[in-house]
Amino acid sequence: MDSSASERSHTESAMIETNGLRYSYKTRRGPVEAVAGVNLRVAAGDLFGFLGPNGAGKTTTLRMLATLLPPDDGEATVAGCNLRREPQQVRERIGYVGQRGGTDPAITGRNELMFQARLYGAPAETARKRAAELLTVLDLEVCADRPTGSYSGGQRRRLDIGLGLVHRPRLLFLDEPTTGLDPQSRAYLWDEVRRLRDGGTTIFLTTHYLEEADALCNRLAIIDHGKIVAEGTPDELKRQIAGDVVTLGVAGDQQAVLALLAQQPFVRNSGTEQGLLRLYVDRGETAMPAILRLLDGAGLELQTVTLTRPSLDNVFLRQTGRSLRETAA
Amino acid sequence: MKTLRDTWIVFLRYLGLFVHNPAWIVIGVVQPLLYLLLFAPLLKSIAAAPGFPPGGAYNVFVPGLLIQLGMFGAVSVGFSLIAELRLGVIERLRVTPVSRLSLLLGRALRDILNLLIQSLLLILVSLPFGLNIHPVGLLVMLALLALIALLFASLSYAVALWLRSEDAFAPLVFTAALPLLLLSGVLLPLTLAPAWLRAIAAINPLAYAVDATRAIFNNHLGSVSVAKGVLIVAVLAFLALAVAARSFGRAAA
Repeated sequence: MDSSASERSHTESAMIETNGLRYSYKTRRGPVEAVAGVNLRVAAGDLFGFLGPNGAGKTTTLRMLATLLPPDDGEATVAGCNLRREPQQVRERIGYVGQRGGTDPAITGRNELMFQARLYGAPAETARKRAAELLTVLDLEVCADRPTGSYSGGQRRRLDIGLGLVHRPRLLFLDEPTTGLDPQSRAYLWDEVRRLRDGGTTIFLTTHYLEEADALCNRLAIIDHGKIVAEGTPDELKRQIAGDVVTLGVAGDQQAVLALLAQQPFVRNSGTEQGLLRLYVDRGETAMPAILRLLDGAGLELQTVTLTRPSLDNVFLRQTGRSLRETAA
Repeated sequence: MKTLRDTWIVFLRYLGLFVHNPAWIVIGVVQPLLYLLLFAPLLKSIAAAPGFPPGGAYNVFVPGLLIQLGMFGAVSVGFSLIAELRLGVIERLRVTPVSRLSLLLGRALRDILNLLIQSLLLILVSLPFGLNIHPVGLLVMLALLALIALLFASLSYAVALWLRSEDAFAPLVFTAALPLLLLSGVLLPLTLAPAWLRAIAAINPLAYAVDATRAIFNNHLGSVSVAKGVLIVAVLAFLALAVAARSFGRAAA
């Protein structure tokens, strides 16, 4: 056993654990801090979403975790190995699919997969079998022997992911996997990512699409100005930041209703807006029945009631002061 | 062992890419032939000029042509690397456990092979025109050319990894290459040059390579200028290789 054996058992359930990770780009005007002390923990089996506006330090963090950039400071354990001391072991254990993919337009998909497998040490025959297997799984057999330059966006993306999977890594990094794909290809890729997760692969993905993070990920972190500003499950994040919104239309005395409800412990905030009462509550699903009971008891008549869940976009806006949509240029 | 295996795998990829693009092969073959057919005949008449080295026009001209072919062929290899950087190919390769030295060496070996084939062709075509070379001399010559290709290809890759843009790469590389070439005595022997020009040429490593090739083509294999040329180019080639392999390990962004 090598020296990292004890560390590996020590961090058994964590696939990624970072402590104070930092990176500054050296520019002519001096260093620019891109990642300013990031602490992350991704458990084995997680489908972890990493969100942030452009320039927030998202890709820089990802590139450090994938051994492409050496951190200026801080520690990280990735797939059980120390990032600084054992980058080679980390490389053997992770798959990485960059934003640009990295296939050569003149080389066929099959040859790219075989070459990739050989880079991970597979003998020629094993590489051939693995390539054929992945081409089947990723539904690329029709274009397997055509140069990748002729592939559709979805086909190329699937091949990129196949390249990240040739050595069956336990941890896969996906940098904006669905950016630029049509809705159908996106849906297909989501299914593929879920299948991988179900097969036991831990996935760390960055995305610009909040609905994607919401639909796929069981845990999320938001990074801004090089620091993690929020972390948790999608539901936790939404609740923690915005709460749910209950909107009421009442027939009689608005002020009386407001006075009654505003003093309830589950109401965080309240106000009137265009003839409607708006209540910000912790958990809409438990607040609603309580509200109805209170109004009934007080003999106040309710005309309409709606419950709105905050979107991750609300969360993002609150945390970073920017809407993710605006920044996703 | 791993480095050797990785180098071989990387070499095969780039050899395959090269073979699949016939345009490069045609350009590589036609270029030296044009020099030989359209420029060499001019030398016949000035070979008698005072200061022109001995050995006949072709034995003076072909060695220089070979060096020029090697240098210009090798300095431009960085272009393909810049395209690959943009496609994300290099990033993809750097995330795998492949040896960083192999990433460079595999490509450079392809470049060397390409150059040696062109050189052999040029030498073969020159034989009927009166070029003569000893078989051992030919082997030494090819070894020296391989080292020159390794030197300039490594430098070209290192510069490409540093600049990452064709717009910056082309002017820098060709501006740097031209004086090196002019001051090497490739086109016309430096024995014809005034003293100040010869003084500058004395610090040009390529001039020693050209001296060495001329000595080889004059059957002076034991000459000190052969050993000097090979040694200088070899040392520089291994330095360049180390620098470029390091760049492959560190390439950011």
